[in-house]
Amino acid sequence: MHKDNQPLIFEITREGRVGYNLPELDVPEVDIASLLPQGMQREEEAELPEVSELDIMRHYTALSNRNHGVDTGFYPLGSCTMKYNPKVNESVARFPGFANIHPLQDESSVQGAMELMYDLQEHLIEITGMDEVTLQPAAGAHGEWTALMMIRAFHEANGDLDRTKVIVPDSAHGTNPASATVAGFETITVKSDENGLVDLEDLRRVAGPDTAALMLTNPNTLGLFEESILEMAEIIHGVGGKLYYDGANLNAVMSKARPGDMGFDCVHLNLHKTFTGPHGGGGPGSGPVGVKSDLIPFLPSPVLVKEEDKYTFDYNRPQAIGRVKPFYGNFGINVRAYTYIRSMGPDGLKAVTEYAVLNANYMMRRLEEHFDLPYNRHCKHEFVLSGRRQKKLGVRTLDMAKRLLDFGYHPPTIYFPLNVEEGMMIEPTETESKETLDAFCDALIQIAKEAQEDPEIVQNAPHTTVINRLDETKAARKPVLRYTKA
Amino acid sequence: MKHRYLPMTEQDQKEMLDVIGISSIDELFADIPEKVRFNGEYNIKPAKAESALLKELATLADKNADSKKYASFLGAGVYDHFKPIIVDHVISRSEFYTAYTPYQPEISQGELQAIFEFQTMICELTGMDIANSSMYDGGTALAEAGNLAAGHTRRKKIIISEAVHPEYIDVVKMYAKGQNVQVVTVPIKDGLTDLSKLEELVDEETAAVLVQYPNFFGQIEDLAKVEQLTHAQKALFVVSTNPLALGALTPPGKFGADITVGDAQPFGIAEAFGGPHCGFFAVTSKLMRKVPGRLVGETTDEDGRRGFVLTLQAREQHIRRDKATSNICSNQALNALAASVAMTALGKKGVKEIAIQNIAKTHYAKQAFEKAGFEVPFQGAHFNEIVVKVNGSIADGNKALLEKGIIGGFDLGRMNSDLKNHVLIAVTEQRTKEEIDALVQEMGALHA
Repeated sequence: MHKDNQPLIFEITREGRVGYNLPELDVPEVDIASLLPQGMQREEEAELPEVSELDIMRHYTALSNRNHGVDTGFYPLGSCTMKYNPKVNESVARFPGFANIHPLQDESSVQGAMELMYDLQEHLIEITGMDEVTLQPAAGAHGEWTALMMIRAFHEANGDLDRTKVIVPDSAHGTNPASATVAGFETITVKSDENGLVDLEDLRRVAGPDTAALMLTNPNTLGLFEESILEMAEIIHGVGGKLYYDGANLNAVMSKARPGDMGFDCVHLNLHKTFTGPHGGGGPGSGPVGVKSDLIPFLPSPVLVKEEDKYTFDYNRPQAIGRVKPFYGNFGINVRAYTYIRSMGPDGLKAVTEYAVLNANYMMRRLEEHFDLPYNRHCKHEFVLSGRRQKKLGVRTLDMAKRLLDFGYHPPTIYFPLNVEEGMMIEPTETESKETLDAFCDALIQIAKEAQEDPEIVQNAPHTTVINRLDETKAARKPVLRYTKA
Repeated sequence: MKHRYLPMTEQDQKEMLDVIGISSIDELFADIPEKVRFNGEYNIKPAKAESALLKELATLADKNADSKKYASFLGAGVYDHFKPIIVDHVISRSEFYTAYTPYQPEISQGELQAIFEFQTMICELTGMDIANSSMYDGGTALAEAGNLAAGHTRRKKIIISEAVHPEYIDVVKMYAKGQNVQVVTVPIKDGLTDLSKLEELVDEETAAVLVQYPNFFGQIEDLAKVEQLTHAQKALFVVSTNPLALGALTPPGKFGADITVGDAQPFGIAEAFGGPHCGFFAVTSKLMRKVPGRLVGETTDEDGRRGFVLTLQAREQHIRRDKATSNICSNQALNALAASVAMTALGKKGVKEIAIQNIAKTHYAKQAFEKAGFEVPFQGAHFNEIVVKVNGSIADGNKALLEKGIIGGFDLGRMNSDLKNHVLIAVTEQRTKEEIDALVQEMGALHA
């Protein structure tokens, strides 16, 4: 990797170069000024680049070389399930019959797409143990909010207007309380106990007639299975609330426990995590929502239904919450997830979870001597170490994360969940080999040793990347959010 | 079982179990209470080998009528535009598509710089000061703009024109419901927002006025007048736009828009049955700290080298949790990259040329329809869509057009009974004169 600045595309532009061509206009030319009302014709041109096609390819190839993806190397970013993104998924999503179809075409001309969506829904219903699934939400957080709006509509339909509170564990992902707020609820936090699980006493204390729902990830963000899930369901259902399953960690329990059997009333899935939609540098994702029967009337409209051999969108849903997104969801990501599920089959999905969990436990045991392990029991697909031992030596978890970059790894998720001091959340996934896991563990063990013997090498890391640690304070204090010609 | 994505061998498994100190994988799941344990395997279709699955799914895809084979005149928010071939080559680089959010800037400079460039291009096209890294799509971006305005002005009413995409209006209403914000719609007159009705409706309780430019009927709204009515009541002026049209049209920023949103799908992004597309969200500097989603900013490292980071994160859900004003987490980075490549390929000259071609071809189609005896009821200036009044069922007509290799326009009667027998026809630069002539001729035969 070069340590030189990579010029912005705007800095290599030269007047007169082009990177495109269009067919000659085959209809008569028009005088735009006469067709547009006064003042509506653009006067100043947008300062977009002027570059040749090779300039563009070199530019983006150089940028890609300054980026680390799963195909570059190990990416154990906890809670993000950075597994291999199969290439066959990419090919299928690019079939013209999937990529180049319009959402408002006559239904008779898109039956193949609708059949795929329907069959994906059927598969997700079985996987989650729910009664119905919508593919409309665009991402996990969008799915959370969709489900909460359905819960709100459910309570309102029952005349239950005082259910204003959503309970969220202190270990929850930030989107949970944010989604609750955006859906118009107040968030109540329930504490974790000394074992890292939801404190049942505290849950009983906070649950009541104002409870709309409990949002829960299981296993939780510490990678621990909430063993008392049935008691929790009983507490929440007992006060008339609904149980919401955040499917971020579904990779841990496929074929082992289904949200629908654990007492959950609704669930969102992250198809870009468990089901290999590529993360795309931040998205697009896909966040289908599954529900039990009493929430079905509230599903966003339209609902995809099968009538004999024909698929159709049902818009006649008087109790539907409305529409959370134009059209039918992130179809392209759903095609990838469907291709993956069909590639794996039932035995494959079971093996996915078993190996993901085996890999995580193996790493946890290899690393436990060298770092603090706040919750010492079998984990699921991920585990959380604490760097407090190293912190006493002046080496923070952030430093260790940066040092991992020198070994060619993407670091784990750090400083999350919030209830672990100097946390490092490691999720290996099932697609990594034992050699990769061993090499990563060796690197972390070496870093722990460096923290004792040569802390500066860790504190000043990274040493090998194209750029050193960046001044984030400066970025926030004097924001420069776009290029401006000097 | 052996699977090509799963490298675990029996030997690996044995060695790993030894290190953990257990004898079987099942022990790792012993903490799942028996009552909720799922035993056995899912009742789903069995695994299919790569070649067989490709064949099956190719057959399924072939059941659909796609715009590679058919001449599509369907727009209504999703368009068949020229996609430079290099777009797919760039977004197929797996260093981009297999990465996640650039949390570690030292090994994510490529993604961060690409987004910084995207932000700049969106600012250039829209005439706004600041753009974020992308939103799910144009509809949710507009809805978030409504909520931003309500929060910013502490007012609880937003006004939206009925000349906005009807599905966008639905999404705006949905988001507003979550925040207990009232949504009032302004009717249309001659295919444009009825400005006298708007003037009656906008008041000191109004948080924002939302219009679309070009609007859902392809017509070009009088943004100067809407701005005046909106700002007179200190409400925020929100414009949902087609960024490709801005190659030829005066950008919303010039008209004093506070927020400009839209979908970058026209730039190199597949129609893909409606998603994933790529919302964008651009604002004036004044609203910088209210923007939802991720922002990339420029800074330096300790040696003074330029670099890029995610910045102003104090706005976002993972910091603010229940104090957040938006819950958006992931964005559409890969599609923002696709749009960036397309905007770069078209560049300063191409974006203007392509926009003008759209106007010219649509103008040609309009004249052809009128010459063939059709009524084109809305006679205002248009971009790449026109409304044509027809006799007989549009749904039936569209089925017949499919037989002729044509994907017909959008039946406006589906959204508004006043517009029964009106079809919205989109003519992008992709349509040839022969295709336009064929459409007019076939529709003449079907809807005479």
